[in-house]
Amino acid sequence: MAELFQLQIISPNRIFYDGQVSMVEMNTGEGEIGVYARHLPVTTTLEPGIVKIHEEGVTREAAVHAGFAVILQDKVTLMAEVAEWPEEIDINRAEEAKIRAERRLASHEANLDIARAELALQRSLTRIELSKHR
Amino acid sequence: MASMRDIQRRKTSIQSTGQITKAMKLVSTVKLQKAKTKAEQTRPYSDAMYATVSEMLSRSSNIDHPYLRKGDSNKKAVIVITSNRGLAGGYNTNITKLLTNGTIPKEEIQVYAIGRKGKDILSRRGYQICADYSDVINEPIYQDAREIGKTVLDSFTRGEIGEIYLAYTSFKNTVSHEPKLIKLLPIEIEAPKETEERQIPMNYEPEEEEVLDVIIPKYVCSLIYGGLIEAVASENGARMQAMDSATSNAEEMLADLSLKYNRARQSSITQELTEIIAGAEAIN
Repeated sequence: MAELFQLQIISPNRIFYDGQVSMVEMNTGEGEIGVYARHLPVTTTLEPGIVKIHEEGVTREAAVHAGFAVILQDKVTLMAEVAEWPEEIDINRAEEAKIRAERRLASHEANLDIARAELALQRSLTRIELSKHR
Repeated sequence: MASMRDIQRRKTSIQSTGQITKAMKLVSTVKLQKAKTKAEQTRPYSDAMYATVSEMLSRSSNIDHPYLRKGDSNKKAVIVITSNRGLAGGYNTNITKLLTNGTIPKEEIQVYAIGRKGKDILSRRGYQICADYSDVINEPIYQDAREIGKTVLDSFTRGEIGEIYLAYTSFKNTVSHEPKLIKLLPIEIEAPKETEERQIPMNYEPEEEEVLDVIIPKYVCSLIYGGLIEAVASENGARMQAMDSATSNAEEMLADLSLKYNRARQSSITQELTEIIAGAEAIN
């Protein structure tokens, strides 16, 4: 059995998750990583994506959009601006957001904020993906 | 001595005022409970954010980043969080006093107002109001804080302002709130604390500067959000207190007036009796 460490996911509205886990997977600015206990201390940014929380025996998934992670040897803290469990996601809204973002990206408007539209697309894709795992 | 009718009229008026203040007190008590829970849930995020940022900066003290330097401009942006509604005792004036009695010269201040009361007071005093986000304070969500944060950070990076402050009322508990003026940017690093466990240096992915680019705006937004949430709780706490003392004042006045009324009534009865008896005696 893998060694356990403390994982905290904090969002502005609540402490989203606080518990002992054996591994956590997340999508960082540098790609997807998995973290076990006794990891090298790293601070990194988070991209919209699914965070997989491996507790003892069970795996839970959550959508996390924008934020950063502080990884210490015995503790991982995810500071997420938005964090959602699969059951909290409104799939219709996510689908709509996806279509909106795709249209914006395809429109080639002069004052288009590409980075923002791409982020919106990424967020909606994460939500859709996660709600399939329900 | 005032006539019975005058006293009666005054009594009814105070009574209805007392009813209103009592109702307002109840309403703000309920609102306070809600806002308090919200504030308690928000605090871990702000605290963790503050801890992370100050730890990061104290450990890597030699970084040179635009967000850590004072801007060239001598203008200072102040985000002023007050309420949209009055009747909250000294809540709004306490915040504006931070500026009017503060050390920062009036000419250098650019006010980003959240809350109509504060905006009105400051614009009357001749402060420059840059933006008004008064609708936000009714029901603050994180998105609002992010937008406000983005606006001030943008003008900071453009060099239009040199420093960013936040004036809000910190919520300690139901009866004690403290108006605070804190500096958001440039971040002032506290003296690094020496702890033994911190032997392994922190790594940053991607580069330190890029991580700071991402984290510092989030830090500013989280402080603004925390400020908004605490201000709402403080506002309702202040209103509850103000209304409570107003209600008890009304009750006190009512008791006083009832006494006066009864005296006036008695003396008028006595006078009537005396007149009747005198009249009867005259006939005999």
